[in-house]
Amino acid sequence: MARLTPDNVARAQEIIGRYPRPRSALIPLLHLAQEQDGWVSPEAMGHIGELLGLTAAEVLGTCSFYEMFKREPVGRYVVNVCTSISCHLLGGDELLHHVEERLGVRSGGTTPDGRFTVNHVECIAACTEAPCLQVNYRYFHKVTPDAVDALLDDLAAGRRDDEVPPHGTLTRVRQQVPAGRWAGRGAEGLPPDRTSLGGDG
Amino acid sequence: MAVTDAPRIVTARFEYDDSHTLSRYLATGGYEGLRAALAKTPEEVTDEVKAANLLGRGGAGFPAGVKWGFCPPGVFPRYLVINGDESEPGTYKDRLLMERDPHQLIEGVLIASYAIGVAQAFIYVRGEMALAQERLVAALNEAYEAGWVGRDIDGSGFSVDVLLHWGAGAYIVGEETALIESLEGRRGFPRLKPPFFPAAKGLYLQPTVVNNVETISNLPWILRNGGAAFDALGTERASGTRMFAVSGHVKRPGVYEVELGVTTFRDIIYAPVYAGGIRDDNALKAFIPGGASAPWFFEEHLDLPLDQTAVGPAGSMLGSGAIVVMDETTDAVRAAFSLVRFFSHESCGKCTPCREGTGWLEKIVRRVLAGSGRPTDIDLILDVVDNISPGPYPRAGTGSLGAEPVPFPPRQTTICPLGPSVGAPLVSAIHRFRDEFEAYIERAGTPVTIAGPAPVGGAAS
Repeated sequence: MARLTPDNVARAQEIIGRYPRPRSALIPLLHLAQEQDGWVSPEAMGHIGELLGLTAAEVLGTCSFYEMFKREPVGRYVVNVCTSISCHLLGGDELLHHVEERLGVRSGGTTPDGRFTVNHVECIAACTEAPCLQVNYRYFHKVTPDAVDALLDDLAAGRRDDEVPPHGTLTRVRQQVPAGRWAGRGAEGLPPDRTSLGGDG
Repeated sequence: MAVTDAPRIVTARFEYDDSHTLSRYLATGGYEGLRAALAKTPEEVTDEVKAANLLGRGGAGFPAGVKWGFCPPGVFPRYLVINGDESEPGTYKDRLLMERDPHQLIEGVLIASYAIGVAQAFIYVRGEMALAQERLVAALNEAYEAGWVGRDIDGSGFSVDVLLHWGAGAYIVGEETALIESLEGRRGFPRLKPPFFPAAKGLYLQPTVVNNVETISNLPWILRNGGAAFDALGTERASGTRMFAVSGHVKRPGVYEVELGVTTFRDIIYAPVYAGGIRDDNALKAFIPGGASAPWFFEEHLDLPLDQTAVGPAGSMLGSGAIVVMDETTDAVRAAFSLVRFFSHESCGKCTPCREGTGWLEKIVRRVLAGSGRPTDIDLILDVVDNISPGPYPRAGTGSLGAEPVPFPPRQTTICPLGPSVGAPLVSAIHRFRDEFEAYIERAGTPVTIAGPAPVGGAAS
């Protein structure tokens, strides 16, 4: 896909400026790339490396550690069904199986029309609302097979677009600091970074 | 049933639909704790928190005020990192606090920042929690706009920036040194302690305090009402209130804020105002008292109080406030498998005993369930656990067998406690329900279906 757009480069610069050291912005910038394209492409990783003064290996090394970063295209809707203990006790495994049957793909797979990706995930912190799932990291609690059928129908028909933005979009509100309010003391007295080959030290 | 009339401290605003807004926060005593703090010296604020005996609510239970004091004097800049990476199976409280009362957390961050003398604070929210991120960002934007955060806060001359940071899916990042690595833009590998105790060498190798969301959310109340008022709740060794998520086979699963020390497991599982008892009035088989990493408790432990100093010697831990209840219909082997699969999936891969051990344990339990178990598998499981956590593994005692409890915590051959934690469900289940493992092995040849893919291995994938 693509490098970051000029708008996103501007956002990236703003994010980088808020950290005492640029490399701390790496995960937020990978999220920004995923918000732009729905996944994190090699071109985007390369661009982020340029912005942060990191090698391609350093960017990939971090990116590949974290489960949310998809290094190949995924469906518009990523359906994550929890199978950890609280959900397991109340039918999480069966719910996952139901979703797999209904969409015709195994966990980890994407439907041929590119609409849905299904994953089994570990605990997503809705244990008292089991069994639960997330679609693009939006929660659905106490999900029954009938409820999940209706949800998938709604998503396919675009009836939940307000509630569930496309994959890659997390918070829809960005941190804004009014002029003159940022204290900017985070890096005062901080020695240069000597731990990264391609870093800022 | 002991249901006390202790005030709700951190969940008091949850009854309002607009509890996440600045206007509601200010109308309900918001930022008064910060004002009280700014009228004192930083040392006096720390003393107030020490007097409260506020123990960390993230799992380890270390006194918050004492932890702050570990920063070497005169070394700056210092940082504060809030651990909002809640991911321990069974745990559901920090997400609620971030979604429903973000200003309370922000005010707590400001109070702690003032007491410790930090240059910048970071709220690290779990990546998967989109709504929590949205609510916190909106609250930070409001607070910056209104002059509660940033330069010269409330005209006091005190300045600190608070930045929302978010993760990208890795349980291990809940471990404080892994959280710091992640915040530095690296893989979430835990650091070796010593030398990397965060208070001395944390973020950017500077003094850093890492506190849990719930811990910090208590600070506004403590500064408004005084440390002594907080310490007066609960018992001598377990002060204040705490949020517990009660999940699994109960009638009213939910998150309840209860008084520590005086409330018992029986109260919170059976009292009508709390979880209301076991579904269908079934018998209790086992319960997890403190999240996936905690050894299981049984019927005879119901009358233990919610107090780590009582729970630890009995062979488990209060952990992250996660009580998971299993009724008599529960298949102990399948339940243990769900937990083993979790630790195998989330092992970061840095330490060999954990990386290899959790993966093999998952494979062995999977084959037992699949009808291919071998008579030697039970001892093999215990042997692999012993390689990750040498010596007697913490577990609850069994009166009928004449066995004594082995106190928590476990020993470890790994950098962090994730590896040893895999032993909690396995040793508990085998110790108490060995016959169920044996039955699967004797029935070998009649497989059951396990949903989900086989692991492909590798770090956190």
